Amino acid sequence: MSNQHAPIIQTIVKVVDRREIVDGIFNLILQAPEIAYRSAPGQFINIRCGEGCVPLLRRPFSISRVDGELIELMFNVIGHGTRMLSSKRTEDTLDVLGPLGVPFGIAGDYETALLVGGGLGIAPFPFLTDFLLKQKKEIVTFVGARTGRQISERHMTNVHVATDDGTRGLRGTVVDLLKKYLSGKPSKRHKIFGCGPTQMLKALSELASASSVDCELSLEGDMACGMGICQGCPVERADGKKKYALVCTEGPTFNSNDIILR
Amino acid sequence: MIESFSIRGVEFRNRVLVASGTFGYGDEVKDLVDVNELGGICTKSLSWKPRDGNPPRRIVETPSGMLNSIGLANIGVHAFIEEKLPYLRTLNTAIIANIAASSIQEYCDVLNLLEQQEGIAGYEINISCPNVKEGGLNFGTNCDMTRQITARLRPLTQKPLIMKLTPNVTHISEFARAVEEAGADAVSVINTLIGMAVDIRARKPKLSTVTGGLSGPAIKPIALAKVYEVAQVVKIPIIGIGGIMTAEDAVEFLLVGASAVQIGTANFIDPATGVKVADGLRAFAETQGLSDVGQLVRAMESNIQFSVIQSWL
Ligand SMILES: Cc1cc2nc3c(=O)[nH]c(=O)nc-3n(C[C@H](O)[C@H](O)[C@H](O)COP(=O)(O)OP(=O)(O)OC[C@H]3O[C@@H](n4cnc5c(N)ncnc54)[C@H](O)[C@@H]3O)c2cc1C
Ligand SMILES: Cc1cc2nc3c(=O)[nH]c(=O)nc-3n(C[C@H](O)[C@H](O)[C@H](O)COP(=O)(O)O)c2cc1C
Ligand code: FES
Repeated sequence: MSNQHAPIIQTIVKVVDRREIVDGIFNLILQAPEIAYRSAPGQFINIRCGEGCVPLLRRPFSISRVDGELIELMFNVIGHGTRMLSSKRTEDTLDVLGPLGVPFGIAGDYETALLVGGGLGIAPFPFLTDFLLKQKKEIVTFVGARTGRQISERHMTNVHVATDDGTRGLRGTVVDLLKKYLSGKPSKRHKIFGCGPTQMLKALSELASASSVDCELSLEGDMACGMGICQGCPVERADGKKKYALVCTEGPTFNSNDIILR
Repeated sequence: MIESFSIRGVEFRNRVLVASGTFGYGDEVKDLVDVNELGGICTKSLSWKPRDGNPPRRIVETPSGMLNSIGLANIGVHAFIEEKLPYLRTLNTAIIANIAASSIQEYCDVLNLLEQQEGIAGYEINISCPNVKEGGLNFGTNCDMTRQITARLRPLTQKPLIMKLTPNVTHISEFARAVEEAGADAVSVINTLIGMAVDIRARKPKLSTVTGGLSGPAIKPIALAKVYEVAQVVKIPIIGIGGIMTAEDAVEFLLVGASAVQIGTANFIDPATGVKVADGLRAFAETQGLSDVGQLVRAMESNIQFSVIQSWL
């Protein structure tokens, strides 16, 4: 939970491309050199989706991948802001703030990184995968979704799948899938990187501690500012020194031992 | 173009400040904004001891606005003095320490401690706080209590004492009159309005505390009416707050009676809003052929007497 403070940039970026990659999941590619060159996996950007008062606040999105001066986002449409983003066209511009937050802690003497994503929790994994491959880490990826049509494996490697309806891979949760994988394997060689809904992260965190595997989590949550000025994004700390940490500036990535999810 | 104004001898370089709780302690966004271009910075509310704040969820967006239930999370006045004030002191803008407390004594203690420090231009008192002695009733919704806090703080400082009023009362003008009589140098109008939002599927309130404070453009018409109401009864300067996003919004506040404005929620969207509003105010005054932005203050033309309006309500 380092409170590092890389300079944040506010910039107008151009939409290079927007695609629906699988059912209801969009990829938005932005030309954002200043952000692309300084960001690391686990960080996010805060986007002004429209110009007026609806939606009023910016919307946070993980940096899904960096390719030269391009950054890629991955999102699904859940409300007004994401609907507006899903209808952006090439050459449209967006006002973005970033890079924000603390990157995943990728240090450690593990050999195999276990990337565990529920739903859109996979968003930061392409960027993380590129990074870990450069560090010569082995990667196994676990992806969970409601149904098989919502699974994307783009820019991920060694993907195992679980779906709620059993249309692809294991019928069950992504945490069940990981549990099966871990059973019988020595724990020292692994490090888990998890991202997804809070209840999934909670289960993941419990599994990690039961199997003594080091675990980094990326949290989602409501944010008004994304840069530490509103105090709107608390998560409970485990060390008791202070009650809460701020997800936007002390996270969104945390070691699972440092926080308490409810 | 004259942009500055003063309260009790303290000069503000322009009439646009940033509102408490929406600009942190001034150091978080220094990469993004030239804070020296602001008229002033109101700090996050400071209490004697650090406060953890409320459990999540603390933030909900609503149409053209947002609800917050931060619970006055802050680092406490001691850490403020040690960790934040040295940086704030280097700035060329007025630093207004905003104080929150759960007893009158705590307000006095925090102010007394800050009085011993260099670099604070004045105080803004947040009275939208639960009074622990009175079973958690809000100080700011009790006129007598509001007057008492002002009267107790007044002799403790020669610096500007600005009372920040809550709109969650029947007649805010009574409160404004009370603090003027008790010696306040200015009033900030308004703090957030009580509001709520419900998760219909879970059948639960969205905020952990059920209700929270509404802010943003949604409250601007209410805030304007409150400033207008207060302007009818007090002579001390009014600092208008509520939903300001643009210079045009700020002009409205000046016209109805504000001497200055504060930018709140808009900082979350663009932390440079305050600087842009200050630039826009200057430009607007120029196009109006004015020599001083202050010529806009209380300059609304209206034939209708306030008493008439009041009787309609
Ligand atoms: C650090 C961070 C990184 C994120 N990265 C991604 C990403 O890479 N891809 C992605 O698709 N999403 C991501 N999110 C979530 C994303 O920010 C929200 O989906 C987005 O804000 C929704 O905006 P909207 O205007 O479309 O929906 P809104 O109109 O704001 O919300 C619609 C409904 O969804 C609920 N809701 C809103 N946000 C969330 C949330 N975070 N979790 C659960 N329910 C929510 C609301 O309460 C409401 O009921 C991230 C969030 C954070 C904090
Ligand atoms: C997240 C948030 C935190 C706030 N914290 C404080 C605070 O600590 N002290 C205070 O006096 N006002 C606080 N306010 C109120 C603002 O200073 C301002 O009065 C109010 O938001 C209305 O202005 P706006 O519509 O421009 O935001 C807070 C407002 C918000 C949105
Ligand atoms: S979102 Fe504002 S402090 Fe984290």
